[in-house]
Formats: sequence, C-alpha cells, structure tokens
Amino acid sequence: MAALEVEGLARHFGEREALDGVSLTLAAGETLVVFGPNGAGKTTLLRVLATLLRPHAGSVSVLGRRLPEEAWALRGRVGLLGHEPLLYRELTARENLCFHARLHRVAQERVEELLDAVAISTRAGEPLRTLSRGMVQRVAVARAVLHDPELLLLDEPHSNLDPAAIELVAPLIGRSSDPARPRTRVICSHDPGGGLAEADVVLGLRGGRPALLAAAADVQERQIAELYR
Amino acid sequence: MRGTVGALLRKELLVELRTLESVPGMSLFAVTTFVIFHFALNRNSVDGDLAAGILWVTLLFAAILGVNRLFVADADQGGFDAFLLAPVDRTAMFVAKALTLLAFLVVLEIVAVPAFGLLLLGPSLGAAMPELLLVLALGDVGIAVIGTMVAALAVRTRARDLLGPLLALPLFVPIVIGGARASAPLLALGHQTAASGRWLATLGLYDLLFGLIAYALFDYLLED
Amino acid sequence: MYGKGLRALSISTAAVMALALGLVFFYAPLEAEQGFLQKIFYVHVPLAIVSLCGFVLGGLLAIQHLRTREPRWDMRSYVAIHISLVFAVATLITGSIWAKGSWGHWWVWNEPTLVSFLIVFLLYATYQPLRFAIEDPERQARYASVFAVTAGAFVPMNFIAVRLSTAYLHPRVLGSASNLPGSMRLTFIVSLIAIALLYATLCKYELTAKHTRAQLRALRRRLIGDQPQARRPRSAAPALAPSPPARARTAAGTGA
Repeated sequence: MAALEVEGLARHFGEREALDGVSLTLAAGETLVVFGPNGAGKTTLLRVLATLLRPHAGSVSVLGRRLPEEAWALRGRVGLLGHEPLLYRELTARENLCFHARLHRVAQERVEELLDAVAISTRAGEPLRTLSRGMVQRVAVARAVLHDPELLLLDEPHSNLDPAAIELVAPLIGRSSDPARPRTRVICSHDPGGGLAEADVVLGLRGGRPALLAAAADVQERQIAELYR
Repeated sequence: MRGTVGALLRKELLVELRTLESVPGMSLFAVTTFVIFHFALNRNSVDGDLAAGILWVTLLFAAILGVNRLFVADADQGGFDAFLLAPVDRTAMFVAKALTLLAFLVVLEIVAVPAFGLLLLGPSLGAAMPELLLVLALGDVGIAVIGTMVAALAVRTRARDLLGPLLALPLFVPIVIGGARASAPLLALGHQTAASGRWLATLGLYDLLFGLIAYALFDYLLED
Repeated sequence: MYGKGLRALSISTAAVMALALGLVFFYAPLEAEQGFLQKIFYVHVPLAIVSLCGFVLGGLLAIQHLRTREPRWDMRSYVAIHISLVFAVATLITGSIWAKGSWGHWWVWNEPTLVSFLIVFLLYATYQPLRFAIEDPERQARYASVFAVTAGAFVPMNFIAVRLSTAYLHPRVLGSASNLPGSMRLTFIVSLIAIALLYATLCKYELTAKHTRAQLRALRRRLIGDQPQARRPRSAAPALAPSPPARARTAAGTGA
C-alpha cells in the first residue's frame, strides 16, 4: 500500500488555481522533495496532505485513507512543520510541548526526551518569545515529531537553523532507522543540491502545475534550476 | 473529550496568567464605566430599573473586550493548525474557550459587582444576593456561548475588532432583556421582590438554544 | 435553467399585487379608530411576516450549504437574506409611518414587531460587512452560513423576548391579525400572498442575474483564454463556479 497516492489534485482559492493536475505516488518510507518558486503551490500541497485543506478535484489517498472523507483517521499520524512554528510565544518550550503531548496523548517523558534531543533543555523554562528564531525552530521540530508520525511534512525545515542545529535535528526528521516503522517524508526545499540528495522522488511545481516528476536518480540539478527561471 | 478540554483550558489559563491581557482590562473598564455613569447621569445612587440597566450594559461591554481577545493568540500564533492536526474532537475547543470566557466573566463580576455596590448602587447589595448571582450566572453562560461563537467568526476577518462587537451586541439583546428585567426588582429601593421566573426562563431558554447551535456549528469555523 | 418560469412568476406577482391594492383601497372597510392610515397595516404586517420567514429560510439554506458544501446553496442563502433585509427596512419604514400617523412619534418602543425588527435589522446589517471582510470565497461562504444559521435561530428567540418585555399601552392593531372581521381578513391574506410572491420573484431575479453573469464570465474566459483578464474584485456576494474552461471539475459544484 502506497503511503501517498495523488491523482489530478486541484485546489483553488477563489479564482486563483493554487494546484492543478498534480499526480504522484510515494511508497512508504520514501522521501518526496518538492521544488518550485514561491507561490508555486508547495505549501498548499503540504497543507492538503496534512488534511488542513480539502482537495477541490482529483483523488488523494494518504496512508491508505481517502481525503477528505477519511481525514479524521489521519490525525495523529501526520506531522507538519510549516513556516509558522505553531507554538505559543508566551508559554515556555516545555509548556508548549506538554500541551501538544496532551492533545496527542503522548507521555510526558517524551517531551523531556525531545527537549534534550534538540538541546533546548536548559532554556525550556523560558517563554518562547525570549528565544532566538533558531531555537524556536528547534522546538517546532520537536513539536512536529512529538507523536512519532508515520508521515512527516516539512516545509523548508532548515530555515533559521545553523549547521550545528541542522545536524541535531537530522535524526529526528531524517529517514527512519527502524525498517519496521517506515517514515514517509514530503519535504519542500529551495536547495537543489541538498534536496536532491535526500530525495527518492522529485516533484517540481510551477504555477500550481507539475513541471517535473521523476525518480531522484533520473534528475539533474540543472533541471531543478530551470524551475526557478 | 474531557481530557482535551482540560488540556486546552490549562493552556488558556496559563496564557492569561502570563499575559494578563483580558481580565484586568475588563475589570478596570467596568469600574471606570461606573464612574463615567456617575458623571453622565449626574446621580449619586441608582436603584431598580436604572441600576439593573447600568450593571448589565457595563458587564456586556466589558465582556466584549474579552470576546475580542479570545482567539487572537491562536489566530496569530498558528494555534488553530496545531489543534486541527491533533486526534481530538474539535468541539472541545468551543467548550474550552467558552469555559475560559465564562471564567473571565466570573472574575470580572467578582470585581465589578462589589464596585457597583460601592459606587453607584443605592440599596444594599447583600439583600439582592443570592438571586442576583443566579441571574448573573445564567446571563454569563449566554454571553460565553455567543461570545465564543462570535469571537471565532470575527477573528480571521479583516476588521476583527469592529466586527466582533457589531455581531455580538444584537445577539446579546435577549440576555440584556432577561438579565436587566430579572435584576431590576432585586435592586429596587425599599421593597425588594424576587426575580420573576419568566425572565430566568428566557435566559435559560436562550442559553440552551444557542449552546446547542454553537456546539453544532463551531467545527465549521475551524477549518481553513 | 434559472430563468425558467421567471416571466410567469412576475406576471402572477403583478396580478396578485394589483388585486391586493384594489382590495386595500376599495374593499377593506375604514377602521374606526385610525381611519385611512390603518390601511398601511396591510403592507406593514405582510412585509414583516415575509421578511422574518425569509431570514429563517436563509438560515435553513445555510444549513444545506454547510452539509453539502455546494456553493449554490450559499448563493440561495445570500439572496434570501439580502432580499429579506430590504423587506425588513421596508417594514421599519412603514411601521414608522404608521407610528407617526397614529401616535405622533416616528418611533415607538411599545410595538414589539417594530422593536424586534430593529434588532434583527441591526444584526443582519452585519452580514454583508462580514462577508466582505473575508477574502477566501470558500471560507466566506462557510462563515456566512454559520452566521445565517445562528441569526436565523435568533430571529424567533428575539421576537419572543422582545414581546415579553414590551408593555402594551394601546391595543395592537398591527399585530393582532387573528381576530379580524371577514373583509379585513380577506384583504390581509391577499396582501400577504402578494408580498410573498414579490419576495419569491425578487429572489429569483437576483439568482438568475447572478447565474447569468457567472455563465457569461465562464464563456468569456473560454473564448479569451486561460488567464482571466482582470481578477474579480473582492466582493461580499458569493460567486458561482469559479474558472476553468475545459477541464472537468468534479467537486467544485457549478451550481445549476
């Protein structure tokens, strides 16, 4: 059973077509990297897969569940790391993660585990607004993987992170090391080299339409650069 | 559901305690308004109809302040998305927010009602209790229910601070009618009579009707 | 499809309205206390009743929209509320004229119909600003529907509350339609039917106009090309079936 099966997905906002005719298949444990200029529809695609937006046309099946009818069954199995950290600035990192842990019915120990993993433990008791953007991003990563999702949706996950931090979060958002529990990933990236290295499948979007769809091995960096022209 | 409501409530109260955005402002507003009423009406003390009216109008407008701020943190800091991704009953947010607003109103009244008794009310407040508490409680539930609905409606629109009150105030009219009419005999000078059951029933009916409607419709406001 | 039956409806409306006017002026007896002015009752009360029903209807149509998510239900809800609001204003104006003529004041607080209409008017007057304040059309429709359902439930509740609170100084000729003598009752019923037909006609006109405009835009887009020349400006009114030409659209609901 494929983790993602998308056929002719379309989504519009009023008269603007954000996505049009997007089709792809992704097996469990694989990584899809989406490239494209700003406004190409990458974030929209991610939000549709996260069940936050309804598809307007086409068929979408995520982890074996059809959207939008069975969206309810997917909650708790998908993790989203978007442009916004989705955290409350007035609460501390620990309080934020504890809140999410309660919502997802995850044990509180996991919160401490993750605070350690992203090296925030020493400042976990301070309000988020006192932390730098890089630190907030690390907490956001912790939030996204708190419930150990089967499908991870990452929108430019390395933004605001310095190289040390990127290394820190790599095991959290990287490929799953446990073959019994595959982690399927969809990553939006602006970095052709790095993105290509991570990918199994590459999707290039332009103006909401798929301009490029191929296995990563068959794609060259210059093709990705073409998208941005 | 209960667990989710608990988690949400805890978060709400934590944020409020940290920022003290709503409750102090609402309370201060109420007390200041009583002072303004004193000057506007040129009266040292009020009773009966007038007292009930002043009390309810002030409470209502103070409540609007709380309504305006209710969802702002969630809308601005992406709280909705995080909640929508969680495997929870979405109506829990309505319950939690309405309970939060109710809590704010209770604290508001703990400050405002004694202040009213001190500053403007002629007859003694003690004699009006505990029936006044019952009227206030019924009114508060209505305000909380409608306030939460309207707050959710208004928060993701352009003129959110304007639209909220505009939508809420007409919807609050039956609460004002029921609340003020029920309170007036309790605050009357001299011979104080009990609150009429008819107004308590009106308030109760209103609370029930809109509680059910809000419960049913709230989910639709959360989606994108 | 939308324009079907419009002509027949308009003609029958005009006919019944003419009949009603005839009855009001020539058939209905002159009321003892208020004289000729009382005849405004035959306009004011039907307007009030149709308007109230229209608001509740708007709420019911909105429920349909929320259940099916098809834009055409939102369109119908919008039109129902829109026209009801116009009728509500007319109710207030005719009521005010009656009040001025009978009691010398342009406004009276002891007439519950008038008072509850004022509140309802104030509430529904926020409907279009609410819609206008939301840019995404789908969200606009959804939020407007939630509002329409809440407000639709509010209308009867408000009426009851205001009625309970109003002290009656005078016997209410305006409200008490039940104990009317025969000739007055007949005139009233015909007037009611006339106003109801007028409401239906106006709704149908507006729906037809909007639908035609949407079809025109779709045709123009098909002729001129994919890119719309000018993006449709922000609007409080719902639009039917946005865009695309040849591609088969499954879920958007092209409202027909």
